[in-house]
Amino acid sequence: MAELCGIVGIGQTKHDSKRIDVSMAGLLREAAERALEDAELTWRDIDAVVIGKAPDLFEGVMMPELFLADALGGAYKPMLRVHTAGSVGGSTGIVAASLIQAGIHDRVLVAAFEKQSESNAMWALSIPMPFSVAVVAGAGGFFAPLVRGYMRRSGAPEDTGIRVAVKDRENALKNPYAHLHMEDISFDLVASSPMLWDPIRYLETCPSSDGACAMVLSSESLAAKAPTRPAWVHSTAMRSEPTMFSGRDQVMPQGILDNAEALYKKAGITNPRKEIDCAEMYVPFSWFEPMWCEGMLFAEPNEGWKMTYEGATAMDGDLPINMSGGVLSSNPIGASGLLRFAEAALQVRGQAGDHQVEGAKKALGHAYGGGSQYFSTWIVGSEKP
Amino acid sequence: MSEEKEPVEVLRTPVELDYTYSAGVSASRFLRAVEQGKLLGQRCPVDGRVYFPSRGSCPQHGVPIEGEPVELSDRGTIVTFSVNRVPSENIDLELPYAAIQVLLDGADTTLFHVLGECSIDDVRMGMRVEAVWRPRDEWTISMQNIRYFKPSGEPDAPFESYQEHI
Ligand SMILES: [Zn+2]
Repeated sequence: MAELCGIVGIGQTKHDSKRIDVSMAGLLREAAERALEDAELTWRDIDAVVIGKAPDLFEGVMMPELFLADALGGAYKPMLRVHTAGSVGGSTGIVAASLIQAGIHDRVLVAAFEKQSESNAMWALSIPMPFSVAVVAGAGGFFAPLVRGYMRRSGAPEDTGIRVAVKDRENALKNPYAHLHMEDISFDLVASSPMLWDPIRYLETCPSSDGACAMVLSSESLAAKAPTRPAWVHSTAMRSEPTMFSGRDQVMPQGILDNAEALYKKAGITNPRKEIDCAEMYVPFSWFEPMWCEGMLFAEPNEGWKMTYEGATAMDGDLPINMSGGVLSSNPIGASGLLRFAEAALQVRGQAGDHQVEGAKKALGHAYGGGSQYFSTWIVGSEKP
Repeated sequence: MSEEKEPVEVLRTPVELDYTYSAGVSASRFLRAVEQGKLLGQRCPVDGRVYFPSRGSCPQHGVPIEGEPVELSDRGTIVTFSVNRVPSENIDLELPYAAIQVLLDGADTTLFHVLGECSIDDVRMGMRVEAVWRPRDEWTISMQNIRYFKPSGEPDAPFESYQEHI
């Protein structure tokens, strides 16, 4: 029987297009100190540090576990780095939780960050390969053809993605940490924004953000001393698969379906749509909301768009998604997965402020990365599992 | 006391790195073939599917791909695409362009390339295309030997014939 893992401290930075007021270390400190403050703990109370960041080429920083050890209080403590492309924030949280669940440490600080302003993600995501011709520009260039594939096979109305983009930006207005606060967000504004990677419009894509997120995870006995009710980890799952193989379903990869099944089984959940109160999912391009609603088994194949269309995923729907504004409103890539996990924990602790889902007891945090080939998810609850 | 100066906010520190890539047996065969204007794939021994370019192992089954190479046609079907209007310094194409995923006839995997001689308003899933090669004296060990794909004029392929490759 594994130890229980409680989330006792949560912190994040204000996300913005350029946080040149702080260094990378300073950015992480801002999030980590908020997490410690929330837990009423000090650096001395931390046994180990787990850090995650985006792929090395994005920022030219290859060894954050070395470069940032001092800033994160890692000196003379176990410190390790996790790397699973865009899903890294999620898997970093899962690795940290595993250290508690395995009984190896009692309190672990988990932190993830990205300073997109110091990087050129478009360049890093468009590296020429010896076998192919360089035509894929950035993440949008890779995912746009898959979105087109989803639209074709599901027959979803063409404005589904616009509706997701409007909803998430409206939610972001309630989140003081969100990068984008678009007071004038509207259907027409998104619809009339230029096509960047047809069929993906400018306002259907995530911004480039600087930001960080941190959490303090604790064993059951120490969590009992926490000043605020902990969120409890009910279940975690990770899956990966090759980027390419013949017959691979790139739109709905086997990896996410297997991940969902394993996650729900561990959590004892048989009807996820009903039993989960809200979900924070990795939606960097608006169409991935309906796609991942299917991937996480909230909807039947090719019917995820109906959840968006019928308002089920809105704040007042039966399964609110991306209450924080999601990746569409803040995208410090390395931190984005951990931010999803943190929002799920905030919700079940009742700490989500103006974007709180009333009475949320079980919440899903979800991240994906690479060519839709890494998946990291957790379910957290207000009660012990 | 010296006068307070503006903070130093951002420094640029360029780093350069050229990679050396060991192609290996299978990729070497593919590259030598493309140098001669031939497109070589290879079959996975488990399910018989043809991988293009030929590669040392099957990513799905984790087994060596060792069988005889399969020469493929330079015609195929666009299984999906996007129209790109975003500049990238690594991509030497005029915007906007259609980035297409092509299923070559005889292959069971798709490749990324660019569509030419076609208005971006006309590109569609299922469109049949053929390779337009660069002049022979410009050929190197690169897929750049194909300048682009252009519409072949054949009737569109039905969705069912290629949907599993999206
Ligand atoms: Zn195989």
